[in-house]
Amino acid sequence: MSQVQVRQYDPLPFDRAEILRYAACRQNGSAEMTAVLENCLAEVQGTLSGRVCFCEFAIRRTEVGLDLGFLQTSSEDLKKNLQGCDRLIVFAATVGLPIDRLITRYGRVSPVKSLFFQAIGAERIESLCDSFCADMQRIYGQSGYQTRPRFSPGYGDFSLTAQRDIFRVLDCPRRIGLSLNESLLMSPSKSVTAIVGLSQKKEPCQKRACGACRQKNCEFRRM
Amino acid sequence: MTILEWMKDHLVFLDGGMGTLLQEQGLLPGEYPERWNLTHPDVVKQIQRNYFDAGSNVVNTNTFGANTLHFSASELDTVIKSALEIARAARECSTGQQPKFIALDIGPTGRLLKPYGDFDFEEAVAAFAETVRLGVKYGADLIMIETMNDSYETKAALLAAKENSSLPVFVSNAYGQDGKLMTGASPAAMVAMLEGMGADAIGVNCSLGPEQLSSVVSEYLRYASVPVLFKPNAGLPESRDEKAVFDMTPEKFAAQVTKEIGAGVRAVGGCCGTTPAYIKKLVQAAGDLSPQPVMPKHLTWASSYTHAVIFGDEPILIGERINPTGKKRLKQALLEQNLDYILGEGIRQQEKGVHILDVNVGLPGIDEAQMLKSAVCELQAIIDLPLQLDTSDMAAMELALRYYNGKAIINSVSGKEASMRAVFPLVKKYGGLVVALTLDENGIPATAEGRLVIARKIEKAAASYGIARENLLFDTLAMTVSADSAAAAVTLEALGRIRSEMGCHTSLGVSNVSFGLPDRDTVNSTFFAMALSRGLSAAIMNPDSVEMMRTYRAYRALCGMDDNCADYIAYAKEHAAAPAAVSAEEQGSVLQKAIVQGRKEQAGLAAAVLLKTIPALDIVQNEIIPALDTVGKGYEAKTVYLPQLLMSAEAAKSAFEQIKLHMTAYAGQAGEKCAVIVATVQGDIHDIGKNIVKLLLENYGFAVTDLGKDVAPEAIVAAAQKINAPLVGLSALMTTTVPAMEKTIRLLRAALPSCRIVVGGAVLNREYAGRIGADRYAQNAMETVRYAEEINGAL
Repeated sequence: MSQVQVRQYDPLPFDRAEILRYAACRQNGSAEMTAVLENCLAEVQGTLSGRVCFCEFAIRRTEVGLDLGFLQTSSEDLKKNLQGCDRLIVFAATVGLPIDRLITRYGRVSPVKSLFFQAIGAERIESLCDSFCADMQRIYGQSGYQTRPRFSPGYGDFSLTAQRDIFRVLDCPRRIGLSLNESLLMSPSKSVTAIVGLSQKKEPCQKRACGACRQKNCEFRRM
Repeated sequence: MTILEWMKDHLVFLDGGMGTLLQEQGLLPGEYPERWNLTHPDVVKQIQRNYFDAGSNVVNTNTFGANTLHFSASELDTVIKSALEIARAARECSTGQQPKFIALDIGPTGRLLKPYGDFDFEEAVAAFAETVRLGVKYGADLIMIETMNDSYETKAALLAAKENSSLPVFVSNAYGQDGKLMTGASPAAMVAMLEGMGADAIGVNCSLGPEQLSSVVSEYLRYASVPVLFKPNAGLPESRDEKAVFDMTPEKFAAQVTKEIGAGVRAVGGCCGTTPAYIKKLVQAAGDLSPQPVMPKHLTWASSYTHAVIFGDEPILIGERINPTGKKRLKQALLEQNLDYILGEGIRQQEKGVHILDVNVGLPGIDEAQMLKSAVCELQAIIDLPLQLDTSDMAAMELALRYYNGKAIINSVSGKEASMRAVFPLVKKYGGLVVALTLDENGIPATAEGRLVIARKIEKAAASYGIARENLLFDTLAMTVSADSAAAAVTLEALGRIRSEMGCHTSLGVSNVSFGLPDRDTVNSTFFAMALSRGLSAAIMNPDSVEMMRTYRAYRALCGMDDNCADYIAYAKEHAAAPAAVSAEEQGSVLQKAIVQGRKEQAGLAAAVLLKTIPALDIVQNEIIPALDTVGKGYEAKTVYLPQLLMSAEAAKSAFEQIKLHMTAYAGQAGEKCAVIVATVQGDIHDIGKNIVKLLLENYGFAVTDLGKDVAPEAIVAAAQKINAPLVGLSALMTTTVPAMEKTIRLLRAALPSCRIVVGGAVLNREYAGRIGADRYAQNAMETVRYAEEINGAL
């Protein structure tokens, strides 16, 4: 395994279409609604920062499943995701606590703003993960590796209890201020932990995780 | 000699990194370093001895994560015992000639405290307390609380140290690149809180190198009246051959840290990436320097979890609206334990521009201690203003002070012996700025001189408890001028003299002065202006009063506190526009339209106008419900999106608020539908879906009791039984919390067979809901409303 490293990211521009998708709008709504969204974006501007900590491991295949170096798992879905990979990156990413404060604050007085902040947070953390994964593709691409779509605990049959192993190995509280609670939720809430497989051969793979998901009637599924 | 005695005249050299050195010796990621006290005592001892040899006065025990969350009680005892034994052995065999002390090292638990995490404040205090007791038992010389990135957890650790030992306590926080703690506190906020609670030295460690932390350190030096410590990393990590390496050499590090000694830092060492070689260089570079004196700053200040508010620079506004006296709507909210209303009042006052919120929730028939604690916890979750705790119930005061995340204002103490005996020990223990009323056993003196005599008596008594005079905020008591025409003059004279003769800060509850007079706003604001010109530091006031806010803005402009009068001009512009007059008939369609379009302020205004001529229930039946129906049907037909549905619901709610103000007895009257209880189940802290359901149910006239999030099954059952609820709505987002939902349903079935249960949340579907025994699965909030209407119709 490698040492745990930390990266900081400056936020990218907001993707309004993504935010609306997370807020359960399939297309643009009324002018009043757009005005509320713009207010929310102005309020959140400059408060969020992106932090990621990560570490690399070798993958060993065992009789019961996979030995990921920090965790043994028999998850079939993860196995499929990591097919052809001999190494992996495990990472934790967060955009920080300010968005949680906004979600909670407006949850008490304006559920619509709360919903928008929720959606903005979702878009921010996904965009942060995209930036990080693009970096990894760039770095590992130089040594002939290709990265797989990120795969998180809770996807398919990959148990959420893997959170405990990831937090143990990455020491997330100290490195990026991310903590895990008793029911395996993370605080700040707009955070992601995931595994990114590294394979030496080019294999066709879905860009987005939606295609790999068994939940076919999901409201948020990308068309 | 104790560390504090040594520190008076000398610089203190601390130690450097431990974790990084243990990793070099083979400690694996995820392995607890503290366990090495048992498995590799010689490795730990050698590192600590090297620090003592390098010149460290203080070496930390290897107990950063030694707490009850990571170790069983018996293992924790052994880990801490051996940690102290190892450090003592290292000290004994060291060749260093300097005085040497051993600090019990306490790091963060790794859990985030409520409300954004799930770790209760008192549980955190209890966890730290156990570590402290063992450290004391096994002979630590001082306690070092370090690398804390959350102000609340820092408070829990310091409180545990103070309650379970008499050792000196050093407290050090880890700041991010933005110069704040992860949870938002500025250096000034931390200094205010930590000094108030009696930390012996405070400062900064970890996260960044000495250069990046320099501005944080200068903030500490600017505000702190106790010694400041500094333990930065060896620069910033850079990745070399897949290894994280720090970019500063010992020489560069020593030179940079030595600069901060020149600026006033009294204790120095290193954190991640630093080694005995760094400390040795530092001692060589700084050994001959004499420390800068620690100057008392005499600040009168309060703080929240983000920032400090300093009295004296500018007038401070303390919002008085969270106080049930004379406010029917707030009384009702308190009796119903409706914290949303109280939070709404807090947010509104913040938006109006107050700097501090007074919080008074005293009402016969409620448990004031629990209510004040809840109000404080909920307010500080969403509002970053310092709070002024306003109660005469000392049990309530103490509980609220414990849970308060910062340095609070305590309202109040008086010159009465009993009052001072009750209040000052709390100020000493928890820190706080205390409002001191110039009255005593003989009442309120009629003269300014009499009030000054009491002020001096209070000052002296405070000093006897070790409370500095800058922590007193004198209130010379505004009395009703209509009852005594000299009243205002005496108050103002006393206030002016306290400011000039005693040099202390003052605060006044301004509005008392105008009782019994017409047009009270004019009297209040004129009195306010007079008091400001006599040096008033803060006013407890109503920010809804346009006159008061105008006076405040104008005063700032006139005193040169408002560059180019920009704030005043902006304020005047905003308040110049007069609302256009619209007839009642027009308002009807205006209200419907406002709700459909989701215009919150307009809906409230339109409802207020309608209420002058039309009975409240007619407005509900003929305007609000039809508008909501239009939107609800649109949502079901997918022509209206969720955010739009919510905007309409909020607009309707603001219309309902006007109706409630108009007739506080509205709740429970004709037109109200059946009771519904909603809750997010135990272990789950996601409540946005539940809040949406609640809002819509309220809109449709249901009497909703919201139990909040992370609610125990037993609590839900008890609440349902209490009101014999016909319907309970449960929400869960995580697969891990569905068992809690299932258990809640099982208990509800046994205790209240007539009760129907509707469930929702991302993790559920119709099939799953049936399997755990729910009566109905609702995919969205409108479905819940429709089901509730079914239940209501069948009653």
